[in-house]
Amino acid sequence: MALVDVETTRAAVTANLFQKRRDLRGAVFQAVLLLTLLMSVAILIVLLTSIVTDAWPTLQDRGTDFVTQGLAAKPEDAGVWQGVLGSFVIMLFVILLAFPVGLAAAIYLEEYARDSRFTRLVNVNIRNLAGVPSVVYGLLGLAIFVNTLGNVTGGDSILAAGLTIAILVLPIVIITSAEAIRAVPTALREAGYGLGATQWEVIRGHVLPYAAPGILTGTVLSLARALGEAAPLILIGADTFYRLAEGTPLLDRLQGPFTALPYIVFDWSRNPSKEFREIAAAAIFVMLVVLLAANAAAILLRNHYEKRRSA
Amino acid sequence: MATSATRGPGPHVIAAGDLRTSLSRRRRERTMRGLFFAAAALSIVISVLIVVSLVGEAGRFLANVELSSLWSIGWFPRRGLFDVRTLVVGSLIVTAVAIVIAAPLGLGAAIYLSEYASPRVRAVLKPALEVLAGIPSVVLGFFAITVIAPNIVQRWFGGGGPFSLLAGGIGVGILVIPLVASVSEDALRSVPASLREASVGLGARKIDTTLRVVVPAAVSGLVAAAILAISRAIGETMVVAIASGATGGSLFTWAPNEPGQTMTAAMASLASGTDQVKGGSEAYQSLFFVGLLLFLITLVLNLFASRFVARVRQRY
Repeated sequence: MALVDVETTRAAVTANLFQKRRDLRGAVFQAVLLLTLLMSVAILIVLLTSIVTDAWPTLQDRGTDFVTQGLAAKPEDAGVWQGVLGSFVIMLFVILLAFPVGLAAAIYLEEYARDSRFTRLVNVNIRNLAGVPSVVYGLLGLAIFVNTLGNVTGGDSILAAGLTIAILVLPIVIITSAEAIRAVPTALREAGYGLGATQWEVIRGHVLPYAAPGILTGTVLSLARALGEAAPLILIGADTFYRLAEGTPLLDRLQGPFTALPYIVFDWSRNPSKEFREIAAAAIFVMLVVLLAANAAAILLRNHYEKRRSA
Repeated sequence: MATSATRGPGPHVIAAGDLRTSLSRRRRERTMRGLFFAAAALSIVISVLIVVSLVGEAGRFLANVELSSLWSIGWFPRRGLFDVRTLVVGSLIVTAVAIVIAAPLGLGAAIYLSEYASPRVRAVLKPALEVLAGIPSVVLGFFAITVIAPNIVQRWFGGGGPFSLLAGGIGVGILVIPLVASVSEDALRSVPASLREASVGLGARKIDTTLRVVVPAAVSGLVAAAILAISRAIGETMVVAIASGATGGSLFTWAPNEPGQTMTAAMASLASGTDQVKGGSEAYQSLFFVGLLLFLITLVLNLFASRFVARVRQRY
């Protein structure tokens, strides 16, 4: 029996243990995976650059006039002012209605609710509502706010649109807030109860401050969603052209015609002329700037709260 | 406390009533609890309102319409032709195109991010996907009509004009890539590290560990990602409404490079523009009929998806 000498064995073992075995199949696989990821990033870059290049002439010629001027039939006069205003009011509805109600529902589900059949029903229901397509919310708004409650909302008005969008983002607010509240350590609550605090006092004084960064992130996500949503506005009946007289009282404004940035983008994008395409790109640019501003505000707020937590 | 203090010296007997907090505090507790409960119950009310408003008008539509007009040459609601087949096939084409694009790109990105990426690469590329996820769908509609339609669809697939189901489908596909990537990545990351370690310990290569251990272990989460993507693609409105064209109606077609109409785009085009349909007409009621169909399809898909997600959670 021929013995393999020690040196040969050692060399073979070392080679197997420490040298990288050549694995062509693995390397190709990894490269393909990286390629798929980079493709998505490349699409994002192409998307953003194409919008900026299309928008550039308009933004350069018109500057801030494009934002402060109102809707007009000719592309060279048309601006997005009513759209900015409409989107702002819709976001206000989300902040004033969807945030408090959504947070309250999340608090109930995480802090109060027992594992009953009703609780499970509510949870499944909220997850399903989050998956309902946004046009269907538009139908809800059309049936309830535009037609049934038309006397109150004034029909196809910003009031109907704001209420509809608030309902649309409610499930997202609930789900993200509930996740943030679930992440609060139980010990924090027990410490509060140990000192004699009531349940609401524990929630207000301990749970909510601790969960605030997570809740804020979720609320900004839903604001971004509210800002970009166009489909429900089409169903409710956003307008392509209108002008309100100066000094119109607030209630009449709320019940009057409306539009919003994403709706303007939709309307102009469908127009085949090159000029409208260009101002559509410029309107997208304005919308993305508002989106970025909202996101940046959220990150700043979150950092502020997180700093307070660690201090 | 006050009651035991009046008893003077001697051993204090603490009654249950002494531990109870003041009336105003208890009342506040009850109020807050009631408010929170009402907020949670509101979500049920919303669902009921959705179903009631859809079913009511959809029922009136079915009662009024001639059933033969539901199966005709195309979808022309203003002329009384309500061929639902046109819309369902349109939605199917757009969804199929979207999945062909989003499934490989999203899944590949998820596997790379979960199994291969170094923390530094992850810190750069993951936010890029999140930005893509935050782009509003109208913007992708604009991209589909200005970039995808002339440069991809018309150049390679021909077709008549700028509007096509294919351009819309590609746009929707881009829109759902981040959704597929994030749900798949969650599923892959929830596979316990011990499974990977056991596989590597047996001498498996990285690729075999990934494809034969991690991916099969996460498969129900990956299926959930696919179902959610389908549901999202069927329900997506704006990309198709902008890029797939056919305002007013569309002939029945199987050709992806032709303009067409999906369920969602049909609703948008019926409701948009100056000639909005008003309550009472058949066209108005048909909106709710299509909406109900869409609602039911996405509901079933979402219920399926959440069952698959629950399975992943249960196992690990």
